[in-house]
Amino acid sequence: MIRILSRDVALAVRAGGGFGLSLAFFLIVVVLVPFGVGPETAVLAPIAPGILWLGALLACLLSLDRVFALDREDGALDLLATAPVPLEGVALAKAGAHWLTTGLPLSLAAPFLAVLLGLPAPGHLWLAVSLLVGTPALSLIGTFGAALTVGLKRGGLLLSLLVLPLYVPTLIFGADVARRGAEGLALGPPLALLGAVTAGCVALLPFATAAALRVSLR
Amino acid sequence: MQTEMSLWSYANPTRFMATTRPLLPWLSALAAACLVVGLIWGFFFTPDDYRQGSTVKIIYLHVPSALMAINAWFMMLVASLIWLIRRHHVSALAAKAAAPVGVTMTLVALVTGAVWGSPMWGTWWAWDPRLTSFLILFLFYLGYMALWAAIEDPDTAADLTSVLCVVGSVFAVLSRYAVNFWNQGLHQGASLSLDAEENVADVFYFPLLVCIAGFVLLFVALVLARTRTEIRARRLHALQLRERMA
Repeated sequence: MIRILSRDVALAVRAGGGFGLSLAFFLIVVVLVPFGVGPETAVLAPIAPGILWLGALLACLLSLDRVFALDREDGALDLLATAPVPLEGVALAKAGAHWLTTGLPLSLAAPFLAVLLGLPAPGHLWLAVSLLVGTPALSLIGTFGAALTVGLKRGGLLLSLLVLPLYVPTLIFGADVARRGAEGLALGPPLALLGAVTAGCVALLPFATAAALRVSLR
Repeated sequence: MQTEMSLWSYANPTRFMATTRPLLPWLSALAAACLVVGLIWGFFFTPDDYRQGSTVKIIYLHVPSALMAINAWFMMLVASLIWLIRRHHVSALAAKAAAPVGVTMTLVALVTGAVWGSPMWGTWWAWDPRLTSFLILFLFYLGYMALWAAIEDPDTAADLTSVLCVVGSVFAVLSRYAVNFWNQGLHQGASLSLDAEENVADVFYFPLLVCIAGFVLLFVALVLARTRTEIRARRLHALQLRERMA
């Protein structure tokens, strides 16, 4: 599992892996928002947590169709299925690699982009914390969606349609943590619930992903 | 004739077709009768509500369709589990057949709700937990149907949509609670329940029950008809394949 994980991370970081693309996309989304709603801090600051969460969510979505597709094209996925590691482990490793190359950098970059949107300073830390806790769930759900659509010719758009409704709980709790953090309110309950969603996803979704992969590889 | 009968014997497509053929016209007629009686009774022979006026009468469409929107998804979940565990083709096809009916019910509930909300709440749409949950349910239906449509091999499609249905159910319930957490709403609490004292007056209650029965029968009849169509389409496809081989 560790080897699959480090292999995927290496593939993504090296040239042509598209490691920086999600980050660049995140930056562009955030830069475009003031053009849409106006540059006043009074307008931007209250919606900044939601915008940053949405931007991170969409940036996560961008790289999902590559999670299994490349491995399927060159046959590596068939080898992984016959490897001594259970397919559930492969699914978990894939999701972990996706998180390390998108979720983690997005979480670390988010506070800097929050400055651009005029988010009050106490919110920066909590924004990063909420993204750190929430983005693993996004990667796991996305990996499940990628496993469902891996064999399809036009899977990309369908993947978004399948995955985005599943992102609703994570987005609600995550954006709520970030918003409460910025306003200095108590944020224990949403943070706990966000953690619960992520923990549930870690525990259960690899099984669903592996089940979908087995069907796709049949 | 089989000596041992069980529920699972209806999983045989031939037996399913033979059983539902005589059943379907009766079910359809009963559904139509219930709907006609219930709706006419509800629309023309119940008094106006003292606060809501005649707008209250939309509950005869809104409540049953909302009920069936959720129950249709539940039926798809059960059918998907039966397919995953026991691999009966009829079950997978029934789940496929129920989705468009369920999405229509969801849409009817959303639209009638908006039509009622416009004069009563003064807005067509509010980001109320129940309304939002139904919108999310609508998106789940769309994703499920899109996945069915995207996969060519019928068994692969049945497998993957079943897995999606099971995972989607968990997230649909989760979304319901998350949305509750996110916003307190305008929508009134449940008006109907079996154990609590009912808070709908009897004059509205009885025609509503008839309408609900009508919607349930309508759903069953539509799903049976659509499942039969799916089975026929599958047989036709098999025959065409055989012809091409010969």
